Amino acid sequence: MTTATRPAPAAAPTGRSALVLRRFLRNGSALTGAVVLVLLFLLAFLGPYLTPWSYSHIDYGALRSAPGPDHWWGTNRIGQDVFAQTVRGLQKSLIIGLLVAVLATGLASLVGACAGYFGGWTDRLLMFCVDLLLVFPSFLVIAIVSPRLRSGGWFAFVALLTVFAWMITARVVRSMTLSLKEREFVRAARYMGVGPFRIIWRHVLPNVASFLVIDATIQVGGAVMSETALSYFGFGVQPPDVSLGTLIASGTGAAITYPWMFFFAAGLLVVFVLAVNLVGDGLRDALDPTAEGAAR
Amino acid sequence: MPSYLVKRLGYHAVLLLAAVCLSYLLASLALDPRSYYEGRQPPLSPAAVDHHLTALGLDDHQPLRERFLHWADRALLHGDLGRTIDGTSVDAEFGRRIGVSLRLLLAGTVLGTVAGVLAGAWTAVRQYRFSDRAVTVISFALLSTPVFLLAILLKTGAIWFNQTTGTDLIQFTGEKSPGVDGGFWTVLGDRAVHLLLPTLSVALFALAGYSRYQRSSMLDVLGSDYLRTARAKGLGRRAVLLRHGLRTALIPMSTYFSYGFLALFTGATFTETIFGWHGMGEWFVNSIGKNDVNSVVAVNIFAAVTVLFSGFLADLLHAALDPRIRKTS
Repeated sequence: MTTATRPAPAAAPTGRSALVLRRFLRNGSALTGAVVLVLLFLLAFLGPYLTPWSYSHIDYGALRSAPGPDHWWGTNRIGQDVFAQTVRGLQKSLIIGLLVAVLATGLASLVGACAGYFGGWTDRLLMFCVDLLLVFPSFLVIAIVSPRLRSGGWFAFVALLTVFAWMITARVVRSMTLSLKEREFVRAARYMGVGPFRIIWRHVLPNVASFLVIDATIQVGGAVMSETALSYFGFGVQPPDVSLGTLIASGTGAAITYPWMFFFAAGLLVVFVLAVNLVGDGLRDALDPTAEGAAR
Repeated sequence: MPSYLVKRLGYHAVLLLAAVCLSYLLASLALDPRSYYEGRQPPLSPAAVDHHLTALGLDDHQPLRERFLHWADRALLHGDLGRTIDGTSVDAEFGRRIGVSLRLLLAGTVLGTVAGVLAGAWTAVRQYRFSDRAVTVISFALLSTPVFLLAILLKTGAIWFNQTTGTDLIQFTGEKSPGVDGGFWTVLGDRAVHLLLPTLSVALFALAGYSRYQRSSMLDVLGSDYLRTARAKGLGRRAVLLRHGLRTALIPMSTYFSYGFLALFTGATFTETIFGWHGMGEWFVNSIGKNDVNSVVAVNIFAAVTVLFSGFLADLLHAALDPRIRKTS
């Protein structure tokens, strides 16, 4: 075997994932967002091991103490360490946001693809369900059901948030499926006798994958915003557990007199959602084949 | 055009009916009015609790189907939504609060939408200039702030401002000062000052979202051939941008308007509660705490009607802007 028969590596066409990655890394704000996200995840999951205090421990010797060497971000009005609490709340909010985004995007792609592919009554029935769920702001329904879910813990809360987060995505997936259905490769598969669910799984979903990736990213931010809002009003994460929403709720009254009880949680929330939005925007540009400079 | 809109209206009516019935069933299943009476001090006898519950039509010894049919007959056919858990009329409470909520929702939505559309179109025309970047950064920051946090921040800022300046220039509690009496202008001024921050929190939220969408849909239109043609045939820049550019770019926006209203309604609910407005949102949050089924359903009806009505308005706008819809159906 000689070197002449083997093409030089540089001449090989760039793979799609390498191309997307290169375009993503060239986007300054998206890269910043990604770095911030990684840092926030590290803070949320390593933070509890950095501090000697646990989020529920009460230090009676230090009520409302300002940030200092002992309590890095101060303590709240009953003497709990704000750093430990915020890190724990951030962790809970991140887990809820990620789970809701993954589950809701999965559900949306399934329902949207089925509605678009099968058409007819399946489509009409599924779209009626979508419209019905869109009649009420999700906040109202989740708040009504929440007293019953106290015993179910936060996972029931995740399920509830998921049920009200997939509808608009499903609409978009449906309309994308409608046009994919008429493409040659799907027709070919159909005439070869491939079953409908196999076609959806092998041919339809991979073709909407880039939209789903972008959407799931944006959904993480949206889910965290819904979670904190519901928790703020007492309909979400229940004490003694903490999330960014419950921390903001308990710190609001002290926002001016003891700012550290409020602004660490509020600031992390805004920074997190901002980073998610920047990454989502960067992914959209990187995955869009019609974007400027797409070939590079 | 009429047949398209009539079809949409009929569909919305079916949705509304289904949603309202579902919300009654859901509220009856999830809330427990008995616990509200049983938790009272001094304690009520079981017979008295039953008596109260029967008077409200919420007796849980009765099967849900019967309660529902009774409620549907009274509420949907006779327009009587029953009594609140404290024994007052839901209809009267509804009438008192609806104006408060609509004022906030209308002012916030209209202001935010118009400003958002204009800001989006303007930044698209000035793409990559300083003003575009500035508006983009601001709207990204606003988009990443949940409405409830935005309202809290505005309120905190107002408290801080009042404390440092030693005045009470910015009002942030309730919709009017107690005991303000005087001429028409004094009352109007007082109301306007109270309206300022809540409206701002709803409007800023709408502005941030819509300006992003409007910017990208306007950018799609700005590159199109027919705009160049319109310029080439001698039309002025302003006329081209407004009549051919903005009008076409508004068509995809009508979908965002109908979805965006859901978020705006939720935002208004938070805003009311945080600023202490006695509107539908505050009523809802309090009613859940009291396990008050009839009031919760009343707020749900209000939500469903406003959401579907705004969806219908978006359909109207779509039909008015897009000749293809008018012609084909």
